[in-house]
Amino acid sequence: MLSSEAADLACKVRSYDQRGLARVLSMVENRHSLAPSILHSLYNPERSCLTIGITGPPGAGKSTLTNRLITYYRMHGTKVGVIAVDPSSPFSGGALLGDRVRMQDHASDPEVFIRSMANRGHLGGLSGTTRDALEVLAAASYNPVLVETMGVGQAEVEIASIADITLLVLVPGLGDEVQTMKAGIMEIGDIIVLNKSDRAGMEQLEMSVNASLDLIPDQADRPPVIRCSAQTGKGVAELTDAIVSYASSGTGSKAAARRRSALILNSIIREKGRELAEELILDRYGSIEEAIESTLEGKTTPYWIGEMLSGFLKNKRENENECKRD
Amino acid sequence: MDRKIRVLIGKPGLDGHDRGAKYIARALRDAGMEVIYTGIRQTPESIANAAIQEDVDFVGLSLLSGAHNHLFPEVARLLASKGGSDIVLFGGGVIPEEDIPGLKEAGFKAIFTPGTPATEVVDFIEQEIRTR
Repeated sequence: MLSSEAADLACKVRSYDQRGLARVLSMVENRHSLAPSILHSLYNPERSCLTIGITGPPGAGKSTLTNRLITYYRMHGTKVGVIAVDPSSPFSGGALLGDRVRMQDHASDPEVFIRSMANRGHLGGLSGTTRDALEVLAAASYNPVLVETMGVGQAEVEIASIADITLLVLVPGLGDEVQTMKAGIMEIGDIIVLNKSDRAGMEQLEMSVNASLDLIPDQADRPPVIRCSAQTGKGVAELTDAIVSYASSGTGSKAAARRRSALILNSIIREKGRELAEELILDRYGSIEEAIESTLEGKTTPYWIGEMLSGFLKNKRENENECKRD
Repeated sequence: MDRKIRVLIGKPGLDGHDRGAKYIARALRDAGMEVIYTGIRQTPESIANAAIQEDVDFVGLSLLSGAHNHLFPEVARLLASKGGSDIVLFGGGVIPEEDIPGLKEAGFKAIFTPGTPATEVVDFIEQEIRTR
Protein backbone atom coordinates (compact mmCIF):
# COMPACT_ATOMS: atom_id res chain seq x y z
CA MET A 1 0.00 0.00 0.00
CA LEU A 2 2.98 2.29 0.57
CA SER A 3 4.00 4.13 -2.62
CA SER A 4 7.70 4.02 -3.40
CA GLU A 5 7.95 7.77 -2.89
CA ALA A 6 6.41 7.53 0.59
CA ALA A 7 8.63 4.56 1.47
CA ASP A 8 11.70 6.46 0.28
CA LEU A 9 10.80 9.50 2.40
CA ALA A 10 10.12 7.36 5.48
CA CYS A 11 13.52 5.78 4.95
CA LYS A 12 15.17 9.22 4.82
CA VAL A 13 13.55 10.12 8.14
CA ARG A 14 14.82 6.93 9.79
CA SER A 15 18.31 7.39 8.39
CA TYR A 16 18.44 10.91 9.79
CA ASP A 17 18.75 12.68 6.42
CA GLN A 18 18.24 16.32 7.45
CA ARG A 19 16.80 17.55 4.17
CA GLY A 20 14.50 14.54 3.83
CA LEU A 21 13.35 14.89 7.43
CA ALA A 22 12.66 18.61 6.95
CA ARG A 23 10.69 17.87 3.76
CA VAL A 24 8.59 15.22 5.49
CA LEU A 25 7.82 17.68 8.30
CA SER A 26 6.59 20.17 5.69
CA MET A 27 4.45 17.52 4.00
CA VAL A 28 2.91 16.64 7.36
CA GLU A 29 2.36 20.31 8.15
CA ASN A 30 0.83 21.00 4.72
CA ARG A 31 -1.35 17.89 4.92
CA HIS A 32 0.20 16.61 1.71
CA SER A 33 -1.57 13.60 0.21
CA LEU A 34 1.43 11.35 0.97
CA ALA A 35 1.65 12.40 4.64
CA PRO A 36 -0.74 9.74 6.00
CA SER A 37 1.21 6.90 4.31
CA ILE A 38 4.52 8.24 5.58
CA LEU A 39 3.16 8.57 9.12
CA HIS A 40 1.64 5.11 8.83
CA SER A 41 5.05 3.72 7.99
CA LEU A 42 6.88 5.62 10.77
CA TYR A 43 4.36 5.17 13.59
CA ASN A 44 5.49 3.14 16.56
CA PRO A 45 3.26 3.53 19.63
CA GLU A 46 5.91 1.99 21.89
CA ARG A 47 8.68 4.33 20.84
CA SER A 48 11.06 5.26 23.62
CA CYS A 49 11.24 9.00 22.92
CA LEU A 50 10.60 11.23 25.94
CA THR A 51 8.50 14.27 25.03
CA ILE A 52 8.68 17.35 27.18
CA GLY A 53 6.12 20.11 26.75
CA ILE A 54 7.00 23.66 27.73
CA THR A 55 4.07 26.00 28.13
CA GLY A 56 3.21 29.31 29.76
CA PRO A 57 2.19 32.88 28.97
CA PRO A 58 3.93 34.95 26.26
CA GLY A 59 7.32 36.22 27.37
CA ALA A 60 7.55 33.83 30.35
CA GLY A 61 10.91 32.55 29.08
CA LYS A 62 9.83 29.31 27.41
CA SER A 63 12.36 29.57 24.56
CA THR A 64 15.21 30.54 26.86
CA LEU A 65 14.33 27.61 29.12
CA THR A 66 14.11 25.30 26.10
CA ASN A 67 17.59 26.47 25.15
CA ARG A 68 18.84 25.48 28.63
CA LEU A 69 17.21 22.06 28.39
CA ILE A 70 18.83 21.43 24.99
CA THR A 71 22.21 22.20 26.59
CA TYR A 72 21.50 19.75 29.39
CA TYR A 73 20.54 16.88 27.09
CA ARG A 74 23.40 17.61 24.68
CA MET A 75 25.81 17.23 27.63
CA HIS A 76 24.39 13.73 28.02
CA GLY A 77 25.10 13.04 24.38
CA THR A 78 21.58 12.54 23.04
CA LYS A 79 20.15 14.02 19.85
CA VAL A 80 17.54 16.63 20.73
CA GLY A 81 14.48 17.53 18.67
CA VAL A 82 12.58 20.77 19.22
CA ILE A 83 9.21 21.91 17.90
CA ALA A 84 8.46 25.55 18.64
CA VAL A 85 4.98 26.85 17.90
CA ASP A 86 4.14 30.52 17.34
CA PRO A 87 0.82 32.06 16.27
CA SER A 88 -0.34 32.70 12.69
CA SER A 89 -2.03 35.98 11.89
CA PRO A 90 -5.81 35.61 11.77
CA PHE A 91 -5.79 38.28 9.05
CA SER A 92 -2.92 37.52 6.66
CA GLY A 93 -2.30 33.87 7.62
CA GLY A 94 1.37 34.80 7.88
CA ALA A 95 3.52 34.28 10.97
CA LEU A 96 6.71 35.53 12.54
CA LEU A 97 8.45 32.51 14.01
CA GLY A 98 11.02 33.88 16.41
CA ASP A 99 11.75 31.14 18.93
CA ARG A 100 15.11 30.33 17.32
CA VAL A 101 16.44 33.70 18.46
CA ARG A 102 16.68 32.33 22.02
CA MET A 103 18.15 29.00 20.92
CA GLN A 104 21.19 30.34 19.12
CA ASP A 105 23.59 28.37 21.32
CA HIS A 106 22.61 25.28 19.36
CA ALA A 107 22.05 26.77 15.92
CA SER A 108 25.03 25.04 14.33
CA ASP A 109 24.88 21.77 16.27
CA PRO A 110 23.87 19.09 13.71
CA GLU A 111 22.55 16.85 16.53
CA VAL A 112 19.89 19.40 17.44
CA PHE A 113 16.93 19.65 15.10
CA ILE A 114 14.78 22.73 15.64
CA ARG A 115 11.56 23.21 13.71
CA SER A 116 9.34 26.28 13.99
CA MET A 117 5.64 25.80 13.32
CA ALA A 118 2.88 28.38 12.94
CA ASN A 119 -0.39 27.37 14.59
CA ARG A 120 -2.30 28.04 11.32
CA GLY A 121 -5.49 28.89 13.14
CA HIS A 122 -5.51 25.83 15.42
CA LEU A 123 -6.55 26.57 19.00
CA GLY A 124 -5.07 24.91 22.04
CA GLY A 125 -1.52 26.30 22.01
CA LEU A 126 -0.20 24.03 19.25
CA SER A 127 -0.75 23.61 15.52
CA GLY A 128 -3.10 20.93 14.22
CA THR A 129 -0.16 18.85 12.99
CA THR A 130 2.24 19.25 15.93
CA ARG A 131 1.42 15.78 17.23
CA ASP A 132 2.29 14.26 13.83
CA ALA A 133 5.52 16.28 13.55
CA LEU A 134 6.42 14.90 16.98
CA GLU A 135 5.99 11.31 15.73
CA VAL A 136 8.27 12.10 12.77
CA LEU A 137 11.06 13.46 15.01
CA ALA A 138 10.67 10.46 17.33
CA ALA A 139 11.00 8.13 14.33
CA ALA A 140 14.23 9.92 13.41
CA SER A 141 15.39 8.87 16.91
CA TYR A 142 15.53 12.30 18.47
CA ASN A 143 15.18 11.78 22.20
CA PRO A 144 13.99 13.84 23.95
CA VAL A 145 11.74 15.99 21.80
CA LEU A 146 10.92 19.34 23.38
CA VAL A 147 7.64 20.93 22.34
CA GLU A 148 7.33 24.62 23.08
CA THR A 149 3.77 25.94 22.82
CA MET A 150 2.72 29.39 21.74
CA GLY A 151 2.32 31.87 24.56
CA VAL A 152 -0.87 30.65 26.22
CA GLY A 153 -3.61 32.16 28.32
CA GLN A 154 -5.80 30.14 30.63
CA ALA A 155 -7.29 27.27 28.67
CA GLU A 156 -4.78 26.11 26.06
CA VAL A 157 -4.04 22.74 27.57
CA GLU A 158 -3.58 20.50 24.52
CA ILE A 159 0.14 20.10 25.22
CA ALA A 160 -0.62 18.05 28.34
CA SER A 161 -2.21 15.36 26.20
CA ILE A 162 0.69 14.98 23.77
CA ALA A 163 3.70 15.41 26.08
CA ASP A 164 4.98 12.87 28.63
CA ILE A 165 5.94 15.74 30.94
CA THR A 166 4.51 19.24 30.87
CA LEU A 167 6.45 22.12 32.34
CA LEU A 168 4.25 25.09 33.18
CA VAL A 169 6.39 28.22 33.17
CA LEU A 170 5.06 31.12 35.27
CA VAL A 171 6.55 34.52 36.01
CA PRO A 172 5.80 37.20 38.62
CA GLY A 173 3.41 40.01 37.87
CA LEU A 174 0.57 38.31 36.03
CA GLY A 175 -2.17 38.72 38.59
CA ASP A 176 -3.22 37.93 42.12
CA GLU A 177 -3.70 34.53 43.74
CA VAL A 178 -7.19 34.09 42.32
CA GLN A 179 -5.45 33.56 38.97
CA THR A 180 -3.56 30.57 40.34
CA MET A 181 -6.79 29.06 41.68
CA LYS A 182 -8.53 29.03 38.30
CA ALA A 183 -9.15 25.85 36.34
CA GLY A 184 -7.35 25.14 33.08
CA ILE A 185 -3.69 25.87 32.52
CA MET A 186 -2.87 25.80 36.26
CA GLU A 187 -3.89 22.15 36.38
CA ILE A 188 -1.68 20.74 33.63
CA GLY A 189 1.84 21.31 34.92
CA ASP A 190 3.64 18.12 35.93
CA ILE A 191 6.36 20.47 37.09
CA ILE A 192 5.72 24.14 37.76
CA VAL A 193 8.62 26.41 36.90
CA LEU A 194 8.74 29.86 38.45
CA ASN A 195 11.01 31.64 36.01
CA LYS A 196 12.74 35.01 36.24
CA SER A 197 13.42 34.24 39.90
CA ASP A 198 15.40 37.44 40.33
CA ARG A 199 12.32 39.56 39.62
CA ALA A 200 10.27 41.35 42.25
CA GLY A 201 7.05 39.55 43.16
CA MET A 202 8.60 36.08 43.22
CA GLU A 203 7.72 35.45 46.89
CA GLN A 204 4.09 36.34 46.27
CA LEU A 205 3.92 34.16 43.15
CA GLU A 206 5.41 31.18 44.97
CA MET A 207 3.03 31.64 47.90
CA SER A 208 -0.06 31.81 45.73
CA VAL A 209 1.01 28.84 43.57
CA ASN A 210 1.63 26.79 46.72
CA ALA A 211 -1.64 27.91 48.29
CA SER A 212 -3.43 26.65 45.21
CA LEU A 213 -1.52 23.35 45.21
CA ASP A 214 -2.36 22.84 48.92
CA LEU A 215 -5.95 22.31 47.81
CA ILE A 216 -5.21 19.33 45.53
CA PRO A 217 -7.19 16.49 47.13
CA ASP A 218 -4.48 13.85 46.71
CA GLN A 219 -1.20 15.51 47.69
CA ALA A 220 0.71 12.66 46.03
CA ASP A 221 -0.30 14.34 42.74
CA ARG A 222 1.15 17.66 43.83
CA PRO A 223 3.62 18.85 41.19
CA PRO A 224 7.03 20.10 42.31
CA VAL A 225 7.49 23.89 42.15
CA ILE A 226 10.92 25.02 41.04
CA ARG A 227 12.31 28.52 41.04
CA CYS A 228 14.80 29.27 38.34
CA SER A 229 16.28 31.86 36.06
CA ALA A 230 16.54 30.49 32.54
CA GLN A 231 18.53 33.58 31.65
CA THR A 232 21.34 33.06 34.19
CA GLY A 233 20.98 29.30 34.57
CA LYS A 234 20.30 29.52 38.30
CA GLY A 235 17.99 26.70 39.43
CA VAL A 236 18.11 24.90 36.07
CA ALA A 237 19.97 21.93 37.61
CA GLU A 238 17.14 21.48 40.14
CA LEU A 239 14.68 21.57 37.26
CA THR A 240 16.49 18.93 35.21
CA ASP A 241 16.73 16.74 38.35
CA ALA A 242 12.97 17.06 38.74
CA ILE A 243 12.42 16.17 35.07
CA VAL A 244 14.65 13.09 35.32
CA SER A 245 12.92 11.97 38.50
CA TYR A 246 9.45 12.50 36.98
CA ALA A 247 10.41 10.66 33.79
CA SER A 248 11.71 7.64 35.71
CA SER A 249 8.64 7.42 37.93
CA GLY A 250 6.32 7.95 34.99
CA THR A 251 3.65 5.58 33.78
CA GLY A 252 4.72 2.37 32.10
CA SER A 253 5.38 2.45 28.39
CA LYS A 254 2.31 0.27 27.69
CA ALA A 255 0.04 2.84 29.32
CA ALA A 256 1.77 5.68 27.52
CA ALA A 257 1.51 3.82 24.20
CA ARG A 258 -2.22 3.27 24.70
CA ARG A 259 -2.75 6.91 25.61
CA ARG A 260 -0.82 8.02 22.51
CA SER A 261 -2.74 5.80 20.09
CA ALA A 262 -6.06 6.81 21.63
CA LEU A 263 -5.17 10.46 21.35
CA ILE A 264 -4.13 10.28 17.72
CA LEU A 265 -7.16 8.22 16.75
CA ASN A 266 -9.46 10.66 18.54
CA SER A 267 -8.06 13.65 16.74
CA ILE A 268 -8.27 11.82 13.42
CA ILE A 269 -11.93 11.00 14.15
CA ARG A 270 -12.53 14.71 14.78
CA GLU A 271 -10.84 15.76 11.55
CA LYS A 272 -12.43 13.08 9.38
CA GLY A 273 -15.84 13.71 10.96
CA ARG A 274 -15.61 17.31 9.89
CA GLU A 275 -14.45 16.37 6.39
CA LEU A 276 -17.31 13.89 5.95
CA ALA A 277 -19.91 16.30 7.27
CA GLU A 278 -18.67 19.03 4.93
CA GLU A 279 -18.80 16.65 1.98
CA LEU A 280 -22.37 15.66 2.78
CA ILE A 281 -23.35 19.32 2.92
CA LEU A 282 -21.64 19.91 -0.44
CA ASP A 283 -23.58 16.99 -1.94
CA ARG A 284 -26.86 18.28 -0.66
CA TYR A 285 -26.49 22.06 -0.97
CA GLY A 286 -23.57 22.65 -3.33
CA SER A 287 -21.61 24.66 -0.78
CA ILE A 288 -21.63 25.67 2.86
CA GLU A 289 -22.64 29.18 1.78
CA GLU A 290 -25.66 27.74 -0.06
CA ALA A 291 -26.61 25.82 3.07
CA ILE A 292 -26.43 29.03 5.09
CA GLU A 293 -28.53 30.73 2.39
CA SER A 294 -31.29 28.11 2.73
CA THR A 295 -31.43 28.68 6.48
CA LEU A 296 -31.96 32.40 5.77
CA GLU A 297 -34.68 31.61 3.23
CA GLY A 298 -36.46 29.65 5.93
CA LYS A 299 -36.20 26.34 4.04
CA THR A 300 -34.28 24.73 6.87
CA THR A 301 -32.29 25.56 10.01
CA PRO A 302 -28.74 24.74 11.05
CA TYR A 303 -30.21 22.23 13.52
CA TRP A 304 -32.12 20.43 10.79
CA ILE A 305 -28.97 20.22 8.69
CA GLY A 306 -27.38 18.60 11.74
CA GLU A 307 -30.24 16.08 11.89
CA MET A 308 -29.78 15.40 8.19
CA LEU A 309 -26.11 14.61 8.85
CA SER A 310 -26.87 12.25 11.75
CA GLY A 311 -29.59 10.64 9.65
CA PHE A 312 -27.23 9.93 6.80
CA LEU A 313 -25.44 6.94 8.33
CA LYS A 314 -28.71 5.53 9.69
CA ASN A 315 -30.37 5.84 6.26
CA LYS A 316 -27.35 4.30 4.62
CA ARG A 317 -27.60 1.27 6.94
CA GLU A 318 -31.36 0.99 6.41
CA ASN A 319 -30.91 1.17 2.66
CA GLU A 320 -28.32 -1.57 2.85
CA ASN A 321 -30.71 -3.73 4.90
CA GLU A 322 -33.46 -3.11 2.36
CA CYS A 323 -31.15 -4.21 -0.40
CA LYS A 324 -30.43 -7.40 1.50
CA ARG A 325 -34.15 -8.10 1.98
CA ASP A 326 -34.70 -7.73 -1.75
CA MET B 1 -3.08 20.90 0.80
CA ASP B 2 -2.32 24.02 2.78
CA ARG B 3 1.02 25.30 1.58
CA LYS B 4 2.58 28.47 2.94
CA ILE B 5 5.61 30.32 1.59
CA ARG B 6 8.37 29.92 4.20
CA VAL B 7 11.17 32.48 4.37
CA LEU B 8 14.18 32.60 6.68
CA ILE B 9 15.52 36.06 7.49
CA GLY B 10 19.02 35.90 8.90
CA LYS B 11 21.73 38.26 9.99
CA PRO B 12 25.18 36.81 9.50
CA GLY B 13 28.33 38.18 11.07
CA LEU B 14 29.08 40.84 13.62
CA ASP B 15 26.36 43.35 12.94
CA GLY B 16 23.73 44.16 15.53
CA HIS B 17 21.60 46.46 13.39
CA ASP B 18 18.46 44.45 12.82
CA ARG B 19 15.87 47.14 12.22
CA GLY B 20 15.81 46.42 8.48
CA ALA B 21 15.68 42.65 8.91
CA LYS B 22 12.79 42.93 11.36
CA TYR B 23 10.97 45.38 9.10
CA ILE B 24 11.17 42.98 6.16
CA ALA B 25 10.22 40.00 8.36
CA ARG B 26 7.14 41.87 9.50
CA ALA B 27 6.19 42.90 5.93
CA LEU B 28 6.47 39.30 4.73
CA ARG B 29 4.36 38.13 7.66
CA ASP B 30 1.69 40.64 6.69
CA ALA B 31 1.85 39.30 3.13
CA GLY B 32 0.80 35.89 4.47
CA MET B 33 4.20 34.20 4.64
CA GLU B 34 5.70 32.19 7.49
CA VAL B 35 8.90 33.97 8.42
CA ILE B 36 11.60 32.39 10.56
CA TYR B 37 13.76 35.07 12.14
CA THR B 38 17.11 33.85 13.44
CA GLY B 39 18.28 36.91 15.35
CA ILE B 40 21.59 38.72 15.06
CA ARG B 41 25.22 37.54 14.91
CA GLN B 42 24.69 34.22 13.19
CA THR B 43 27.40 32.20 11.51
CA PRO B 44 26.87 31.17 7.87
CA GLU B 45 26.84 27.58 9.17
CA SER B 46 23.99 28.20 11.60
CA ILE B 47 21.94 30.07 8.96
CA ALA B 48 22.37 27.25 6.42
CA ASN B 49 21.53 24.66 9.09
CA ALA B 50 18.38 26.51 10.11
CA ALA B 51 17.28 26.96 6.47
CA ILE B 52 17.53 23.20 5.86
CA GLN B 53 15.75 22.23 9.10
CA GLU B 54 12.99 24.76 8.57
CA ASP B 55 12.58 23.66 4.91
CA VAL B 56 12.27 27.24 3.70
CA ASP B 57 11.71 28.34 0.10
CA PHE B 58 13.75 31.54 0.53
CA VAL B 59 16.67 32.78 2.59
CA GLY B 60 17.06 36.56 2.95
CA LEU B 61 20.26 37.90 4.50
CA SER B 62 20.68 41.39 5.88
CA LEU B 63 24.05 42.96 6.51
CA LEU B 64 25.21 46.49 7.16
CA SER B 65 28.78 45.84 8.24
CA GLY B 66 30.43 45.58 4.84
CA ALA B 67 31.35 41.88 5.11
CA HIS B 68 28.74 40.80 2.55
CA ASN B 69 31.27 39.80 -0.12
CA HIS B 70 32.61 37.17 2.26
CA LEU B 71 29.54 36.08 4.27
CA PHE B 72 26.82 35.99 1.57
CA PRO B 73 28.67 33.59 -0.78
CA GLU B 74 29.63 31.46 2.23
CA VAL B 75 25.95 30.94 3.11
CA ALA B 76 25.26 30.05 -0.56
CA ARG B 77 28.11 27.52 -0.57
CA LEU B 78 27.05 25.86 2.70
CA LEU B 79 23.41 25.70 1.63
CA ALA B 80 24.39 23.97 -1.61
CA SER B 81 26.64 21.53 0.27
CA LYS B 82 23.67 20.56 2.47
CA GLY B 83 21.45 19.85 -0.52
CA GLY B 84 19.67 23.20 -0.46
CA SER B 85 20.73 24.66 -3.81
CA ASP B 86 17.07 25.04 -4.82
CA ILE B 87 16.46 27.53 -1.98
CA VAL B 88 16.26 31.05 -3.44
CA LEU B 89 18.67 33.53 -1.89
CA PHE B 90 18.27 37.29 -1.63
CA GLY B 91 20.10 39.93 0.32
CA GLY B 92 19.79 43.45 1.58
CA GLY B 93 21.55 46.17 3.50
CA VAL B 94 24.29 48.65 2.81
CA ILE B 95 25.71 47.09 -0.33
CA PRO B 96 27.59 49.15 -2.94
CA GLU B 97 26.31 48.90 -6.54
CA GLU B 98 29.63 47.48 -7.74
CA ASP B 99 29.36 44.46 -5.39
CA ILE B 100 25.96 43.39 -6.69
CA PRO B 101 27.09 41.52 -9.85
CA GLY B 102 29.53 39.43 -7.79
CA LEU B 103 26.83 38.50 -5.29
CA LYS B 104 24.43 37.58 -8.10
CA GLU B 105 27.14 35.36 -9.53
CA ALA B 106 27.45 33.72 -6.11
CA GLY B 107 23.78 32.71 -6.35
CA PHE B 108 21.83 35.67 -5.00
CA LYS B 109 18.71 36.28 -7.09
CA ALA B 110 18.20 39.83 -5.83
CA ILE B 111 19.93 42.44 -3.69
CA PHE B 112 17.83 45.17 -2.13
CA THR B 113 19.61 48.36 -1.14
CA PRO B 114 18.48 51.05 1.34
CA GLY B 115 15.24 52.79 0.41
CA THR B 116 13.64 49.73 -1.20
CA PRO B 117 9.94 49.60 -0.35
CA ALA B 118 8.99 46.36 1.43
CA THR B 119 6.39 45.65 -1.26
CA GLU B 120 9.23 45.17 -3.75
CA VAL B 121 10.58 42.28 -1.67
CA VAL B 122 7.08 40.76 -1.39
CA ASP B 123 6.61 41.08 -5.17
CA PHE B 124 10.00 39.46 -5.81
CA ILE B 125 9.12 36.45 -3.66
CA GLU B 126 5.66 36.02 -5.16
CA GLN B 127 7.08 36.32 -8.67
CA GLU B 128 9.75 33.67 -7.91
CA ILE B 129 7.14 31.27 -6.51
CA ARG B 130 4.99 31.66 -9.66
CA THR B 131 7.89 30.86 -11.99
CA ARG B 132 8.81 27.69 -10.11
